[in-house]
Amino acid sequence: MKKLSFFTVLLLLSVCSFAQSEKYVAAMKKNLAGMDSSFRNPADLVKLANSFERIATAEKTEWLPYYYAAFCQVNAGFMEQDKTKTDGIADKANELIKKADSLAPNNSEISCIKSMIASCHMMVNPQERWQQYGAESSSNMEAAMKQDPANPRPYFLKGQGLKYTPEQFGGGCATAKPQLQIALEKYNIFKPASEIHPDWGKQIVEKLISDCK
Amino acid sequence: MKHILTSLLLLGFITTKAQVTISGRVTDNKNKPLPGTSIQLKDSYDGATTDSSGNYTFVTEEKGEHFLQVTTSGYFAVVQKIVIGTTSMVQNISLKEQITELKAVVITAGSFEASDKNKGAVLNSLDIVTTPSANGDVTSAFKTLPGTQQVGESEGLFVRGGAATEAKIYMDGNLVNNFFYSSTPGIATRGRFNPFLFKGTIFSTGGYSALYGQALSSALILESTDLPERSQADLGISVVGVGGGIQHLAKNKKSSWGISYNHTNLWLGLKINKFKQDFFTVPVYNQLDANFRIKTKNGGFIKYYFYISGNKTAFSSPDIDSAVLKDAFHLKNLNTYQNINWKDRIGNGWKINTGVSFSTNKDDILNELQDASGKKVTIETPEYFAAKNYSVENKAGYAQARLVLEKKFAGLSALRFGSDYFYSDEKTTYTSYDGQKFTEKVIDKIFAGFAETDVYITNSLAAKIGSRIEHSAVINKWNIAPRLSLAYKFPDNSQASFAYGIFYQNPERRLLPAIASIDYSKATHYILQYSKQSKDHTFRIEVFYKKYNRLYKTDFNNFGQEVAANTLGYGDAKGIEFFWRDKKTFKNVDYWISYSYLDTKRDYLNFPSSIQPSFAASHTASFVFKRFILPWKTGFNLSYNFATGRPYYRIAYNNTQNKFDITDMGKTINYNSMSVSINYIPSLGKKDTKSFTVWVLGINNVLGQNQVYTYNYSYDGSRKEAVTPPSKRFVFIGCFLSFGIDRTQDAINNNL
Repeated sequence: MKKLSFFTVLLLLSVCSFAQSEKYVAAMKKNLAGMDSSFRNPADLVKLANSFERIATAEKTEWLPYYYAAFCQVNAGFMEQDKTKTDGIADKANELIKKADSLAPNNSEISCIKSMIASCHMMVNPQERWQQYGAESSSNMEAAMKQDPANPRPYFLKGQGLKYTPEQFGGGCATAKPQLQIALEKYNIFKPASEIHPDWGKQIVEKLISDCK
Repeated sequence: MKHILTSLLLLGFITTKAQVTISGRVTDNKNKPLPGTSIQLKDSYDGATTDSSGNYTFVTEEKGEHFLQVTTSGYFAVVQKIVIGTTSMVQNISLKEQITELKAVVITAGSFEASDKNKGAVLNSLDIVTTPSANGDVTSAFKTLPGTQQVGESEGLFVRGGAATEAKIYMDGNLVNNFFYSSTPGIATRGRFNPFLFKGTIFSTGGYSALYGQALSSALILESTDLPERSQADLGISVVGVGGGIQHLAKNKKSSWGISYNHTNLWLGLKINKFKQDFFTVPVYNQLDANFRIKTKNGGFIKYYFYISGNKTAFSSPDIDSAVLKDAFHLKNLNTYQNINWKDRIGNGWKINTGVSFSTNKDDILNELQDASGKKVTIETPEYFAAKNYSVENKAGYAQARLVLEKKFAGLSALRFGSDYFYSDEKTTYTSYDGQKFTEKVIDKIFAGFAETDVYITNSLAAKIGSRIEHSAVINKWNIAPRLSLAYKFPDNSQASFAYGIFYQNPERRLLPAIASIDYSKATHYILQYSKQSKDHTFRIEVFYKKYNRLYKTDFNNFGQEVAANTLGYGDAKGIEFFWRDKKTFKNVDYWISYSYLDTKRDYLNFPSSIQPSFAASHTASFVFKRFILPWKTGFNLSYNFATGRPYYRIAYNNTQNKFDITDMGKTINYNSMSVSINYIPSLGKKDTKSFTVWVLGINNVLGQNQVYTYNYSYDGSRKEAVTPPSKRFVFIGCFLSFGIDRTQDAINNNL
């Protein structure tokens, strides 16, 4: 009987923890489903970022919710029209990605977000800031390529950056397109580790390539 | 077994059904809604984000005692204990604003900052090299800002009715003596240091911090760069010489060293540009500098900088007292400067900033009266002709040690205190035409202690309160100099600041040793500023009043030299200044306009009464325009400087009344100067280039406008001669290359 009760407890525990991770995956999936519609405005992105952050702080050991929270924040930063607010939003994104980084060091996806955060700071005043943040953005982009050569996202970021750089600075379609095509090739064979692992960017790459035709 | 499980699961099912709604409103302490605030039931996924009116609502299945965590950036987070029952509940929360650098008011009264990082900066580091009238000289760019004079006959910054000697220059906290190349008669010399050495500059036109002293009018505070971004080699070739250097960054990006050498030779410059003076010895300057920088594990820096330069120049100009003779001036100079500085965090919110600097300077000056063929002529009578043949040897050594400790408190407030000790040993040997030598040595030891506190009461109200005590061996007295600045930010982000301070200064070297015991000169500043700054616009208006007490009056010592005799001089300066910079209104155009009105009078040196000094114009204005045309890879810069005429005087000693008199006076014509520069960057945007080239063409006074700085009088006063720029126009052509990884590439990669 004693044995039985021990097994029962064990079983119950495993059922609970299974339920817990199921709850986690379900919550993540629900948030990820709302990702596209949140890109309408920065306020919705912040709302979604907060929701990811709540999962992150409750779970404590998962890097993905911190990663997505930072991803939503930095995109909110890019979308924010009031440039005086951008640095604050980017700082918040940085705070989140640092936590993700401590849970999953040397992660290519995390390096991509770091690169985006640096670009976001730079956008506030590109002329005066590119020396500092431009270097920071590209070094993180390069790190991301090294950490996982199969990851299409650093190539996407590089191509996107070139696409929106004036031709006089060596940007524009001519230089961007080859990069974007590399990214697309990588997207075509890329398989995310799970349903909730990063798997974004392909559609934008396709759109950018079609814009360059 | 199955039974138990089912019942447990069932129980869980039932629990999920019992949901409770939690809602409320989040505001700041002024009841303003805080949208985007995150509300979380701690250790659960439950929570919400406030909407545009600060409202939130969410449902939870949790029960009992829990913590509600409320966070938003710029505010202190709140964790509130709640007990969740069975009915919906309302939780309104008020958050307290954090004082953050991003939001806080910046104390700007009396100061202009050039920096790429700091909020409130008026210029960036590139502006210093792209302002055409500045010619790449560190201090000259500041002459396009309000408060400064367009003085061209001698070097230095003449700020708000103050003489150039009243402005002091500091590098990483240490005073830099001989910042400019040694003076030559009628020609302003340049600053010794390369503008790219500095990452940030604060130019104070008054009311500066208690950390600095011994400057009645102005402090220029230069902060040297940290580690370079990458290893790089530079080469420059121009009409005035060649130079090159390397900067090496260690692989781990924790340390760097660099060395550079510059050879300035005006041979070509003199061929291209016509000079008023006859440079019979082509001016040659050799300059070597070296540095190392180490990043410490706490993010601090140890920086060392070494500089040595030797130069010689000689030129002659027609002698004013005779029709046929020439005055030939020879100058040889050897200067060294070294500075080691350690800045670091030492735990518990404490920071240390300490350093020592050493410098030596040696001038060999020879002045000769020459005939038309360049042969030395000695005329013993009258005496003033005899005095035209002389030589001077100046030898000086300086040492300074400085320690500043800083404690940061919550919300940007800070306390800073420390002391510095400055030692100077200056020896001058004057040899007259007949070989008689007069030697004077002045040793001074200045000890200073200072304390200053930054108090941020809210994000909109801040104060800086400080005081400084000093003791100089030459004066042998203590002084106490209180300083105060306040700043208040209005809801529309414009701000008002006020600065007050007392400043003391010793007499300049040439007035020493004094005939009688003397006291410090004293200036009291009152500055009121209103400013509005956004990313694209800066507007400032400043009014000031400066009172001078105990300015030095001069008299002749036993050797016939005019030195400090008493401190009965006085004066004041008041004025209003405007500054407007606009980077937005015209596409790709960046321009600024400065205007200063100055009303100043003083009685000092040999002035017979209180008069407007000859270095002060009543109205000064500058216009700087910059445009970069991307398809041409070319930047066009223009600056226009204007000043109303300055007074000039002939002050002569009246031997019968034993006093100085003004025997003649006048006013110069208005000063107008337009300078242009063009920067062409051919490698811009080229892929895979390993070098980065900048071509520079600069023309000073492109319109060839007549400029008169002041007048020199002949000894008997019967003739006067305009002091004008050495050349009417100055054309500069140069090419500067950097090898290493093309820096533009980074901009390309990331310019979204």
